[in-house]
Amino acid sequence: MKTVNIKINGEPVEVEAGITILAAAKKMNINIPTLCYHSDLPAWAACGICVVKLENSPKMMRACATPVAEGMGIITHDPELHQIRKTVIELILSTHPNDCLMCGRNQNCELQSLAANFGIREQPYEERLRDLPKDDSTPSIILNPEKCVNCGRCANVCQVLQDVWAIEFVGRGENTRIAPAADAALADSPCIKCGQCSAHCPVGAIYEKDETGKLLNAIRDENKYVAVQIAPAVRVALGEAFGYEPGEISTGKIYSALRRLGVDAVFDTNFSADLTIMEEATEFVQRLTEGSGEIPQLTSCCPAWTDYMEKYFPDMIPNFSTAKSPMMMQGAITKTYYADKIKKSPEEIYSAAIMPCTAKKYEITRCEKMYSSGEQDVDVVLTTRELARLIRSAGIDFNTLPDETADSPIGKYSGAGTIFGNTGGVMEAALRTAYNFVTGKELPEMNIEAVRGMNGVRSGEVEIEGKKIRVAVAHGMANISTVLREVQKAKEEGKEPPYHFIEVMACRGGCIAGGGQPYGTTDEVRAKRIAGLYKDDEKSEVRASHLNPEIQQIYKEFLGEPLSKKSHDLLHTKYTPRPLYQI
Amino acid sequence: MAAFTNFILVCGGTACESSKSDKIYKNLMHECESQGVRDKVQVVKTGCFGFCEQGPIIKVLPEESFYVQVTPEDAKEIVSEHIVKGREVTRLLYDKAESKKRAQIDEMDFYQKQVRVVLRNCGVINPEDINEYLGRDGYVALEKALFELKPDDIIEELKTSGLRGRGGAGFPTWMKWNFTKQVENDQKYIVCNADEGDPGAYMDRSTLEGDPHSILEAMTIAGYTVGANFGYIYIRAEYPLAINRLKIAMAQAREYGLLGDNILDTGFNFDIEIRLGAGAFVCGEETALLRSIEGERGMPTPRPPFPATKGVFDKPTVINNVETWANIPIILMKGGEWFSKIGTEDSKGTKVFALTGKIRNSGLVEVPMGTTLREIVFDIGGGIPNGKEFKAVQTGGPSGGVITKDYLDTPIDYVHLQKLGSIMGSGGMIVMDEDDCMVDVSKFYLGFTVDESCGKCAPCRVGGRTLYNILERITEGEGEMEDLERIKSIAHATQKASLCGLGQTAPNPIISTITYFEDEYKAHIKDKRCPAGHCKKLITYHILPDKCIGCGLCARRCPTNAISGEIRQLHTIDQELCIKCGECYNVCKFDAVYVR
Repeated sequence: MKTVNIKINGEPVEVEAGITILAAAKKMNINIPTLCYHSDLPAWAACGICVVKLENSPKMMRACATPVAEGMGIITHDPELHQIRKTVIELILSTHPNDCLMCGRNQNCELQSLAANFGIREQPYEERLRDLPKDDSTPSIILNPEKCVNCGRCANVCQVLQDVWAIEFVGRGENTRIAPAADAALADSPCIKCGQCSAHCPVGAIYEKDETGKLLNAIRDENKYVAVQIAPAVRVALGEAFGYEPGEISTGKIYSALRRLGVDAVFDTNFSADLTIMEEATEFVQRLTEGSGEIPQLTSCCPAWTDYMEKYFPDMIPNFSTAKSPMMMQGAITKTYYADKIKKSPEEIYSAAIMPCTAKKYEITRCEKMYSSGEQDVDVVLTTRELARLIRSAGIDFNTLPDETADSPIGKYSGAGTIFGNTGGVMEAALRTAYNFVTGKELPEMNIEAVRGMNGVRSGEVEIEGKKIRVAVAHGMANISTVLREVQKAKEEGKEPPYHFIEVMACRGGCIAGGGQPYGTTDEVRAKRIAGLYKDDEKSEVRASHLNPEIQQIYKEFLGEPLSKKSHDLLHTKYTPRPLYQI
Repeated sequence: MAAFTNFILVCGGTACESSKSDKIYKNLMHECESQGVRDKVQVVKTGCFGFCEQGPIIKVLPEESFYVQVTPEDAKEIVSEHIVKGREVTRLLYDKAESKKRAQIDEMDFYQKQVRVVLRNCGVINPEDINEYLGRDGYVALEKALFELKPDDIIEELKTSGLRGRGGAGFPTWMKWNFTKQVENDQKYIVCNADEGDPGAYMDRSTLEGDPHSILEAMTIAGYTVGANFGYIYIRAEYPLAINRLKIAMAQAREYGLLGDNILDTGFNFDIEIRLGAGAFVCGEETALLRSIEGERGMPTPRPPFPATKGVFDKPTVINNVETWANIPIILMKGGEWFSKIGTEDSKGTKVFALTGKIRNSGLVEVPMGTTLREIVFDIGGGIPNGKEFKAVQTGGPSGGVITKDYLDTPIDYVHLQKLGSIMGSGGMIVMDEDDCMVDVSKFYLGFTVDESCGKCAPCRVGGRTLYNILERITEGEGEMEDLERIKSIAHATQKASLCGLGQTAPNPIISTITYFEDEYKAHIKDKRCPAGHCKKLITYHILPDKCIGCGLCARRCPTNAISGEIRQLHTIDQELCIKCGECYNVCKFDAVYVR
């Protein structure tokens, strides 16, 4: 490692060459205040709060964007810097509504923290708010330009991390705002509803559509039997809202909390993740051995990815697994198989889902296949953040809750189901079962290291009965196109596909870092949440979907076999090409 | 082919074109034809002569007759008198007072102190004909570079010359080139920043219109020096004439083997593409300009990385402004040593200024660095018109500051201007007289930067607007003393915490005017009075009883019927109705209207 010698506030230190002043200071436990900076993104250098002084230079530099250089003398804090930073914060506040009490980010807002830390007690400058309408056109997220501080994180996330380009800077000077091109509504833009913008927004300018009221109303409704499912990724993140470390598993407490909120049954989406594997792995084996469909097969459990594919890569529709996402499968069987068991009709059941994801709010009505039970299969989706609020407002002391178990018979899950929540997990789960489907044996080593890790694109080979299966895993939407272009190129040139099976998750790290997860997700947090899920997998009684006894039961009692007529009706969907802009 | 006995040079710069110089050119052609002298006279449309105040301008050679404010109708007389009969049209000569004696260029005050290096070909050659450029030693520098000099020799020559960037910051040009030269990369770029946008500035436009080949030649030399084979000229779309002439020049240069593949059979390839800017001032900031070339929104990005190592499309890029480029060929031709003898210790060469505002001779002036402001304003510019008193000069446009009477003898160069709280900038120079209110002036400049802010960084986006609104309050008589403190806090934060030059310098006009004219601010705030009599909300118009003869002209002209009075009786102004348009003040022939 190449290093440089610098001085920070007079103290000499040797740091890695090429890192930023911000990172170098952090290594010395000096925190330079920031607003627009986010570790997921290249430094945008907009807000001007992280400015520092360099010895022998009249100019101030942005710590977030300036690399250290040999001999550099940096001053991170002094009264002049304090004054400048405070003035910049006051200026930002002069264009930001003063309604923290009624904001979704109250007590969890980066601007609020800055204002608090700098002891801002009055507004010295005239208040100038932007009178711009909210965009609530999508079912998933709301864009409130009035609260926007133009930090650019959302637009950069949308463009750099996700390659979606739904939002960008529009207008200039004081009229600069974040919006889709030509001020189109979000719903008419290429937006895939992944919600990464909302997860990265430092203030309350882009946020999930709050639907907690819908669930509470259903619970109040005596004629409704409320069944709730929780997604794999929720269990390693919800606890953060109650002081747990990221990655600490709180599955039992979440079940418990939901029951205390008054729901009638608690299920686990992990169960239907296992169900998804049964269908998807069968589909894959058939494509592979019988040539029943296009190779490579692409996973379809991520609704943001599905939306992206329908808009940006509609020619790949035949490659998509027709299997619904676990959430939608769970909704369908709750209102059919389970409803029969408890002698209820589908309309008497209210099916809710707790998801790490904002796109899931969109998914539940995305096409007529989402109504396979005869009713809307999933009635409402709440994000992890919304559930945390509900639990708090209900006065539930989360930390002291007992660990409970999910309801049966659609609540038990295998370790394969739980790792659906992180990148590589779906692939690993599918391979564990596909191996069995082909060979009749279990994988000698359940952990498939080739598909684990955080690289944006990972690929490897898994040998099943002498045949080498080439797989690829991509996460963070911007990493997908390279893989798909490879596939398209091979096809155009009449070559064998470079991969047989590709897993795609729209968000970096997978669902554990979904757009609806608790704020403050960084790569460090991602790693901890992923480790949590792998730990849950390791300690599971069964670690492959086909070994889940309740899965075996549902096929025996209800579905028959994977890809049966009933499966097709309830558990599979279809895709339609969609235009990028609907104007 | 008969030899020409006369040449008529018609200014074809944008300013003269807008005053029908194209029609003059056509009429002259027609007259030459119909009066039978077509084969004796060559009529040439040239670039800007610089003396825009007196345009449209025509120069007739070999007599060097300098005709000013020519109209298309004058064409007939110019041909019949001057060309056919050999008699100068004295009524069109600039110096009518001495019309007996011909006013030649080198005798005119406007030109006497000028040294034309950058503008050497402007107003001399037909910019649409490469042969005329070649006839003035055009492309000799390129030939010399390719056949006689090694890249290091060229950099050494630039170092000797002491040339600094003319875009504003004044960074040594040789260093920029050298950085890019030293970076290993398979692709490098050369960029010409022609996104001139300061209010009142048009140095670059005139250079491009009058001498486009000099830019192409210079960029090609840079390409050879640093190892680049492609360049972009980023020019604002509002400069159609310059764009057109560049296109013509590029086509001709390609035809002559001076641009494109295998230049002068050396195997060296270099080509240029024009990219049009859509009129955003911030795109003159180099990182924003590069983003704009790439097709992104023109927003500045942090430096480092500097364009020299990571510029357009992340490739090493030499980016210089038009005026800097225009200096390159002549430096290589005459040597760095020659160039370094012009100017001052640390500011070498000349600087072109667009002299405008309250000045008799407005126009483009090129003077050696170190020329004093007094020489520019009073000797070249002819001083302040209408007997008014000089108050200040704004240099550096919206990024600069004011220079007051006390500093008129300051030599104009990078160091001295900075010491006075202004900057060289790209060369705008706006002269103000006693009628100009300094609070209003800084409000004007701030209004410009506020409009042109890209909106990316908070200090500029919010700070600029907040400052502007405070100034607006002050000029409307609603200021308070605390505003001065607020201004200082915001200005300091905006200067220090803005990302790019636009934001960092946006508060300069306000800081500079507060420094030199604090009393004027205080008069607005405390006394609710505008000493210059400019700020409408703070002034009232009155009629002096001893001067008014009751002619009634003011009353007839008043758009709101605020003035009443019998004919031959004293008139009075109803302050309730008065909208302070100043029409009465302007029309009164007896100085009976005054401002309070």
